[in-house]
Amino acid sequence: MMTIKEIQNMTLCALKQGMKDKDFTSLEITEVLLSRINGLGAPLNAFITVTAEQAIKEAKDADKLIVAGKDKPLLGLPIAHKDLFCTDGVLTSCASKMLHNFIPPYDASVVKNLKASGAIMLGKTNMDEFAMGSSNETSYYGPVKNPWNLDLSPGGSSGGSATAVAACLVPAATGTDTGGSIRQPAALTGITGIKPTYGRVSRFGMIAFASSLDQGGVFTRSAEDAALLLGEMAGFDDNDSTSVDVPVPDYLGGINQSIKGLKIGLVRQHFDAGLDDDNAIAVKEALNVLKDQGAEIIDIDLPNIELSVPTYYVVASAECSSNLSRYDGVRFGYRAENYKDLNEFYCKTRGEGFGAEVKRRIMTGTYVLSAGYYDAYYLKAQKVRQLISQDFKKAFEKVDLIAGPTTPSPAFALGAKMDDPIEMYLNDIYTIGANLAGLPGMSIPCGFVNDLPVGLQLVGKHFGEKSLLQCGHHYQQATDWHLQVPEQFK
Amino acid sequence: MTSNWEIVIGLEIHAQLATKSKIFSGASTAYGGEPNTQACLVDLGYPGTLPVLNQQAIEMAIRFGLAVDAEISSRSVFARKNYFYPDLPKGYQISQLDLPIVVGGNMSILDGDGNEKIIGITRAHLEEDAGKSVHEGLDGLSGIDLNRAGTPLLEIVSEPEMSSAKEAVAYMRKIHSIVRYLEISDGNMQEGSFRCDANVSIKRFDQKELGTRAELKNLNSFKFIEKAINHEVMRQIEIIEDGGEVKQETRLYDSDLDETRPMRSKEEANDYRYFPDPDLLPVIIDETYIAYIKETLPELPNAKQQRFIETYSLKISDAEILTATKQLADFYEAVEKIANTESQITANWVIGDYTAALNRDDLEISDAKLSATDLAGLLNKIADQTISGKIAKEVFEAMWIGEGNAEMIIESKGLVQITDDSEIETIIDQVIENNPSQLAEYIGGKDRLFGFFVGQVMKETKGKANPKKVNEILKKKLI
Repeated sequence: MMTIKEIQNMTLCALKQGMKDKDFTSLEITEVLLSRINGLGAPLNAFITVTAEQAIKEAKDADKLIVAGKDKPLLGLPIAHKDLFCTDGVLTSCASKMLHNFIPPYDASVVKNLKASGAIMLGKTNMDEFAMGSSNETSYYGPVKNPWNLDLSPGGSSGGSATAVAACLVPAATGTDTGGSIRQPAALTGITGIKPTYGRVSRFGMIAFASSLDQGGVFTRSAEDAALLLGEMAGFDDNDSTSVDVPVPDYLGGINQSIKGLKIGLVRQHFDAGLDDDNAIAVKEALNVLKDQGAEIIDIDLPNIELSVPTYYVVASAECSSNLSRYDGVRFGYRAENYKDLNEFYCKTRGEGFGAEVKRRIMTGTYVLSAGYYDAYYLKAQKVRQLISQDFKKAFEKVDLIAGPTTPSPAFALGAKMDDPIEMYLNDIYTIGANLAGLPGMSIPCGFVNDLPVGLQLVGKHFGEKSLLQCGHHYQQATDWHLQVPEQFK
Repeated sequence: MTSNWEIVIGLEIHAQLATKSKIFSGASTAYGGEPNTQACLVDLGYPGTLPVLNQQAIEMAIRFGLAVDAEISSRSVFARKNYFYPDLPKGYQISQLDLPIVVGGNMSILDGDGNEKIIGITRAHLEEDAGKSVHEGLDGLSGIDLNRAGTPLLEIVSEPEMSSAKEAVAYMRKIHSIVRYLEISDGNMQEGSFRCDANVSIKRFDQKELGTRAELKNLNSFKFIEKAINHEVMRQIEIIEDGGEVKQETRLYDSDLDETRPMRSKEEANDYRYFPDPDLLPVIIDETYIAYIKETLPELPNAKQQRFIETYSLKISDAEILTATKQLADFYEAVEKIANTESQITANWVIGDYTAALNRDDLEISDAKLSATDLAGLLNKIADQTISGKIAKEVFEAMWIGEGNAEMIIESKGLVQITDDSEIETIIDQVIENNPSQLAEYIGGKDRLFGFFVGQVMKETKGKANPKKVNEILKKKLI
């Protein structure tokens, strides 16, 4: 029998069973985790807002329902939301000074869905400002620290959610992934993270960075938990025109089915210079594990994949330059105080409200959409995006999944790349392709390099989440990388 | 002065579509609500909100396209037009640029000489309206009302093919008529539901290329369009004839001063950084849907006008007036069906007394107390010679203010026409007897005085004598 002491290490599935078996209550789980968040976990800076009072109330309500024999898929399970999902009545800052006072009057569809399934929100997690960053250092609320080594970055932009799960402050958290913002921090903190197919999860209420790339997803301790949570948050939403009306399959059902005969593609280009040697070894060993379970490994090519980083930074910047125009100080958010005319009002509000990286991308985006540059940058990037999508399509004629490293190397030091945006951007070199092609991608822990976790990335076909989860689950049945917890946070 | 110059005008008409809710949100489009009471989170540009296209706006755009013989794009795309302004909540307007929903098309108008002229329609695209900045009554502060933000507009762009302010007005009236026939816009110009920008340039007749144009913004009445264009043409002629050059710029028409003044020059023009809106999917329209909408189109003004001319033998100009709005055309046909008067006489009544009364009291047809049946009842009293046309006008006025139907009023006021020859003769004899000097003058050759005698007879009978008979008998008597 599990004890309260072990609650923090448990998966959603185990917690659910424990509550059912009356080993502990939702309130007990919630209290243990809140005390960790505010105590041991506080130096990690993983949370922007902790909603303790509300969480305790919800946990008590959940316990009553459990006693009454009611069941909901996530009843009484605590989670955290990345601070760009709008939460009714709770600060949603996007880790920006611009929204430091923004209290949405509504819940994002993802928040609503998970609430309806019985989940309890413990708080809102730190992130890169407006999800722009790969190290969680652009946050107005300060950087998040990697629980494996507090001098290192947990990755970004969903660094707070990843760290919160990795340091056992919460069993699961939501995130968003525009160019790798779920998979990269999942890899660098040693946990499971999945970004579903574009259109699988509603973007309504998810504050936009780059609309054609943004997609919500989850961080968990296991592929099985990811299956449980994703199943509850996904689905068509008529408030989001880009959400797709395809039924959500039962991700958990059949997750144990054998992966014998599964064809896994290994991208040759991913093993070129740039990939850390030990990281490469870890990934290849992981593939051997899958091979032992009956998967077939096939070499494939994604000829244009090296163009994904520049393509991404043109498309994402263009979209963000427009998406962030609404932050003008007129209706909500930060507003400058002293100005002599409308122009100065705008300049000061936006100049003071946005951080350096956000401004850099707004300027880049404005430039690539400008008259005379549109064709050379934006239009060309859209064409290359098509080529990259076609590369994936071709590859998927031969294989069921594509596997490779999630990042080129393990976690890097805070401050190490802040002065070199290009170097920072290259951290997403393996993850961006899936966003450009709208494909589902998952990162699962596959070993350690210099005592730091590294991730195996799996990319699936459109709406192929189920086989990603199934493959990840099988790998996790054979390995225990995903069960490792940083010594300090045990 | 204008005779040396060819005037070239193109119009961009903004018609507000009569959808119940906004183009990308569920908020109401009703006019006149308290500021910001009809703006939901989407209209306010709240973080996290997303646009969802109103299918009714698509249907209305297709109706318009079909009505002007345009092509309906099987795939059209919404794009973002980026610029900062306090009443533009998102910092961009959702519009259509490269792939509009309606392409090509044409509209026939009558030119200055009364000949048919075809004006090409380049395109029509859907877009959302912005909010409104309010500068008055706020103690030097500016207010923002976002009720209008997100209201669907159809921007109808013409070819630069109109060559006078009058033609521009004729074209604008035609489009106005069409959108109201189609019931896709209420066309209310005072409320800004129907307005236009005019691109105006001039060139010498022998000059091939177009002159530099000025864009006149936000013209919201037929009168202002004509005045603004005429003013602008004169301004451009003066500049060129003084050896100057017209600058490409946007100008605002000031109706109080009857002049245009510069708003911004080409150099100051925004770079709108249009790009496809990633929050909205391309609009795909299939042939079946277009065919379905085609079937539901009403008879349009030009077709109706032609039918009126052929069926009722009306004058072209009268047929045009009667078919300018569907309401008036329907009213005419309802009267015509029951009235035994000649079609042209019925038309005269509808265009004349009836329309004048509506205008005088500022009423819509649906608000007037006098129904088509009522008017037909009155006309039938003329047809059966119960009353004269002149008395009918008196009866009409009584009917207009709701005193009853024609029969009741004629009865109660004793207005039945005197048609009895002997009775008229008696009155005529008396009139002649009472006016010996006029009689002498008439006999002396002053023919004009015939009218005097008619007038006296009508006066005696309070207008009730049958004028035809009065004429006949009087002629005999005076010989």
